[in-house]
Amino acid sequence: MKTYAEINERIEAGKAVVLTAEEIIDYVEAKGLDAAAAEVDVVTTATFGPMCSSACVLNFGHTTPRIRMSEAWIEDVPVYTGIAAVDVFLGATELRYKDPANMYYPGEFRYGGGHVMEELVAGKELQLFALSYGTDEYPRREVRTWFTLSDLNQAIMVNPRNCYQNYNVAINGSEKTIHTYLGVLEPKYRNAGYSSAGQLSPLLNDPLYETIGVGTSVWLAGAHGHVYAEGTQHAGACERNALDVPTGGAGTLALTGDMKQMRSGFLRGVSMVGYGVSLAVGVGVPIPVLNRDVLKRTCIRDRDIQAPVVDYSHDYAHNTGKVVATVTYEQLKRGEIEVDGQTVAVGSLSSYSKAREIAHLLADEIRAGDFLLSEPFQKLPADTRMKPLRIREKSE
Amino acid sequence: MTAAVTKKLMLWFPKCECEKPIITHLVRDYDLVVNVFRAKVTPEEYGYLVLDVTGTEADIERALEYVRTFDVTINYTGKGVTWDKDRCTGCGNCLPHCPTGALYVEDRATMAVTFDETKCIECLGCIRVCPFGACASAF
Repeated sequence: MKTYAEINERIEAGKAVVLTAEEIIDYVEAKGLDAAAAEVDVVTTATFGPMCSSACVLNFGHTTPRIRMSEAWIEDVPVYTGIAAVDVFLGATELRYKDPANMYYPGEFRYGGGHVMEELVAGKELQLFALSYGTDEYPRREVRTWFTLSDLNQAIMVNPRNCYQNYNVAINGSEKTIHTYLGVLEPKYRNAGYSSAGQLSPLLNDPLYETIGVGTSVWLAGAHGHVYAEGTQHAGACERNALDVPTGGAGTLALTGDMKQMRSGFLRGVSMVGYGVSLAVGVGVPIPVLNRDVLKRTCIRDRDIQAPVVDYSHDYAHNTGKVVATVTYEQLKRGEIEVDGQTVAVGSLSSYSKAREIAHLLADEIRAGDFLLSEPFQKLPADTRMKPLRIREKSE
Repeated sequence: MTAAVTKKLMLWFPKCECEKPIITHLVRDYDLVVNVFRAKVTPEEYGYLVLDVTGTEADIERALEYVRTFDVTINYTGKGVTWDKDRCTGCGNCLPHCPTGALYVEDRATMAVTFDETKCIECLGCIRVCPFGACASAF
């Protein structure tokens, strides 16, 4: 048994033993669970993939004379101004002004909110255009200027939903090609797409939310951020396998971090043909080895994690809940799965190689004493489900 | 007998010489095996031809002498499709869309994606599906 304080003391003294969620598997197998639990302080988990529910709040500072922005665009991507005068909110999936979207199907979606965030963190110069109706104390009606991340007072990422605990594998049983957020899917089960770091993924290494909760320190694209709430659509009450690992979506995290600390390369704009734009986010979450049970759960392997194969041409679109097959991440990572006796080529939206890189970077920071753990002050609920939206008449 | 070699060539025509059957001459007169990956041949416009030619070094050299008699730029190292290692995140979304395995994962333990340009037939499938714009076409 170890406490957060004891682990942090060892980190500060530069003595912490840190392994990635991949390394810990063989380590525990060689040393045994009890000996490893006594030795190892932290296991690092990570993921890198498109996370549509990502956004940021930017503060521009005041012009002379002042403006109360009522409409604004960054690089022609609309930002939300329904907050204070020079605060704006930018979402990852926002399209550029007059993007033809899917008018000429499938649309290319070359640039949007996610790309603005990528370029901001990369230090590029971006153009702001804002309008206002004008008030007595904010008389300016228009502003057009160039800025970089360092010109902003604050640039805080606020991601309502990151790190889905597990996810669907998308497939297409129809007669025509479909374009989805899990890739271009050829007809008749020709290929499939998934998005999870599997055995490296944060919430798959802490399936019952024993250490990851509100207040947990995380590595968010290089910044030291934290979990600020349960993620949207968090549904801890879900089907789980014998190892308590969810066999579908389940838990999610709401994450925040300072964009000024972020590293370019770990925040990347995403263009999904026929679907839209998004943002790929790199996240690392440290798991404190508080006891042998926590350690045991971090030893999860790809072969022990199942994902549901869902037909996105019909069953996903119409929310039927039908699962075509169940496969493991070990099978997915081989690049081929079998569905209805047919061999299906597999692609991924989540980058396992980037997730590995992040798990190692975080481990290095912890070993160097540069990243401390924090005890969550609120647990993520394990008993809530996701509700659908019922379309109804007033008072019905 | 001299051993046959295969060379990838990128021919760029400032203005198309459409009326001349260049490929036919390469095959008939210079004994080359030709594999065209991509071509744009439109009268009065620029055009290009990306192809593999297989034959003896001497035949290929003679064929190129012939090609040079036209208003054409021959690029021996040109790449019709490029893969930017730094823009690639290694997600693997392209893998099922690459028919020849030019984009591939060498080690399933690390899942890093690499590009073998000798296998690329320039179908452009990767360019269509890459979420990060890591693949690009010269034309």
